[in-house]
Amino acid sequence: MNNSSNELSRHVTIVNDLGLHARSAAKIAKLVQNVKSNVWIIKDGEKADASSIIDILTLVCPKGTKITLTIDDQSDLGILNKLAQMIESGFGE
Amino acid sequence: MLSTDKNEMYLHGINVSPGICIGKAYLVGKEGVDVVDKYFISKDNLQNEIKRFQSAVKRAKDKLQEIIESTPEELRQHIHILETHKVLYKDKMLYGKTIETIEKERVNAEWALKEVVSNVKRMFRNMTDPYLKGRVADIVHVSQSIMQNLVGAKPLDISAIEKRVILVAVDLSPAETSQIQLEKIKGLITDLGGKTSHTGIIARTLEIPAVLGLENATHLIKNDDIIIVDGTSGIVIVHPDDTTLIEFEERKSSYENYKAVITRSSHLPAETTDGVKLEVLGNIELPEEVASVINYGGDGIGLYRTEFQYLSRLDFPDEHDLFENYKDVVEVMAPGTVTIRTLDISGDKAVPYASNSDEKNPDLGLRGIRYCLKQPEIFKTQLKAILRASAFGPVRILLPMISCHEEILAAKKILNTAADSLYKEGIAFNDHVQVGIMIEVPSAVIMADVMAKDVDFFSIGTNDLIQYSLAVDRVNRQVAHLYQPLNPAIIRMIKHVADIGKNSGVEVCMCGEMAGDPVNIPILLGLGINKLSMNPQSIPAIKKIIRSLNAKDAESFIKDVLKEKSESGIMELLLSTYRSIVFEIGYSEPFSPANNS
Repeated sequence: MNNSSNELSRHVTIVNDLGLHARSAAKIAKLVQNVKSNVWIIKDGEKADASSIIDILTLVCPKGTKITLTIDDQSDLGILNKLAQMIESGFGE
Repeated sequence: MLSTDKNEMYLHGINVSPGICIGKAYLVGKEGVDVVDKYFISKDNLQNEIKRFQSAVKRAKDKLQEIIESTPEELRQHIHILETHKVLYKDKMLYGKTIETIEKERVNAEWALKEVVSNVKRMFRNMTDPYLKGRVADIVHVSQSIMQNLVGAKPLDISAIEKRVILVAVDLSPAETSQIQLEKIKGLITDLGGKTSHTGIIARTLEIPAVLGLENATHLIKNDDIIIVDGTSGIVIVHPDDTTLIEFEERKSSYENYKAVITRSSHLPAETTDGVKLEVLGNIELPEEVASVINYGGDGIGLYRTEFQYLSRLDFPDEHDLFENYKDVVEVMAPGTVTIRTLDISGDKAVPYASNSDEKNPDLGLRGIRYCLKQPEIFKTQLKAILRASAFGPVRILLPMISCHEEILAAKKILNTAADSLYKEGIAFNDHVQVGIMIEVPSAVIMADVMAKDVDFFSIGTNDLIQYSLAVDRVNRQVAHLYQPLNPAIIRMIKHVADIGKNSGVEVCMCGEMAGDPVNIPILLGLGINKLSMNPQSIPAIKKIIRSLNAKDAESFIKDVLKEKSESGIMELLLSTYRSIVFEIGYSEPFSPANNS
């Protein structure tokens, strides 16, 4: 695993029962509102803009889906870590 | 053959709102009311157009924030979805894309938004997950509120509706009817719907000629076809020839003259030739309609339907919003009494945020008082608002859909807690507000003697009473002919309620469509119903008829009516006795091309 803390991507698995549904997508979009550059959610090679609820929903990520989060700019690393943590903790649901 | 398209064509439907109009057809898309206009924006104005869009989004978002902040604790479970909506407003796929479209295609914001939303819709439609598929509703909701702000800010730009067209639609849902600016259209025709459907009620309220239940009008009529709508007789003529046009222009002006004449005498009291005074009241749905009740000479509001304030919004209105609305109506109508019916969410008026399940049979389901007793906080909020309005003029509370005695007691208990909390808050209200019930379920008719002991008044809701008693779905064209107000069974039920009212000193009012149809007045007078509430525009004609009737005669006429075995028998009797009074030319005489030449 090259999941070291200064890499620009994180591999995470969706653990909450509902998957990336409207409420969790809204939480993601809210979190990445203030990023410098882009945050992407990648599933099977398909890419969704993490700041768009609609884009996240259309990626279709139920519980158990393995996704990759990537950022374009090093300075968004803090948000990337927060995001990975939020998804892995199941959005506190 | 193309040439046959231009042949004059008669379509027969249900006459729901009187009057005649002649104009061009405007077909409403299957996806709902589509009045979005497309126009191009010059390069210099692009930034302004984008700003206009941004400010529409901002206003929609701010309003949502207000709703979220003012939502009481007990409704907080609805909030999550609203928080999601809030983020959606600024979603790149919606917000960003719309701005991009305005810039790239140089089109107006409304059109850009419409395009973007239909693309998003398409993406979701292809999904298999039913939950995700359902999220389209959220996106549509958010985009509609932006659209409303765009359109509201520039009302003159809805040129499609400005043209004064005749709207042709398959059906209009109450939510759609509340969104389109119906007052701007000439007339309205639909494939579905009937006399007592919501669309019909709105058309009559706004005095727009309307024919519904035409079955296939949307297939036979094309955009811009010239059509005549005769809402008095229920006829629609497509591609009228010159003679027909002239004939209907004449009918139109004679109807308008007739209307002007009866309106002029509408402020005279409704007193029979032998001195019996009746109260004639108005039914309203929107606060602004109070003005028409007063203009048409109504003595008060016999039925204020309160569902409208719960429609076309994201969440339940709060006490203050409701109070402001009720206060407006009460203040304007005073010293006349305003009877406010508590929330009657029903199948045909489904409020999106309040419907939690798909009921197979909504008319027999969780509606009216049943819904309110299950949601005591929502009910209490409304009752508090009504009580507060009682400090500004005479108010009465009317409970809908009562089917058993316990419901009255349960509702009164909640009313007491509402009064208690106002008392504690130190807010003024009248603590002797009268409470009455709708008599619209057959069990309430049968138990009227028991119920009379716990209420101040009865209000007979004939629309539902007829539907439930005769087991007829009034919107179903197959059985619509069985929906008979003058069915002997119905007349006997009304008599039963009227007699109990007399014996127990409980006032009886009639507020269904039946009270506003001239044909029924001699019978209602004979049964001793002396309080009638109807659509405001029916008031002048009904008052005029009352002034030409004799109460003693009507009482003896009823004895003959009660001997009849069928609706047709009663109708015949009515015609032979009262034809000249109840069938005034231009009001309800059916038009038939055969005997009109």
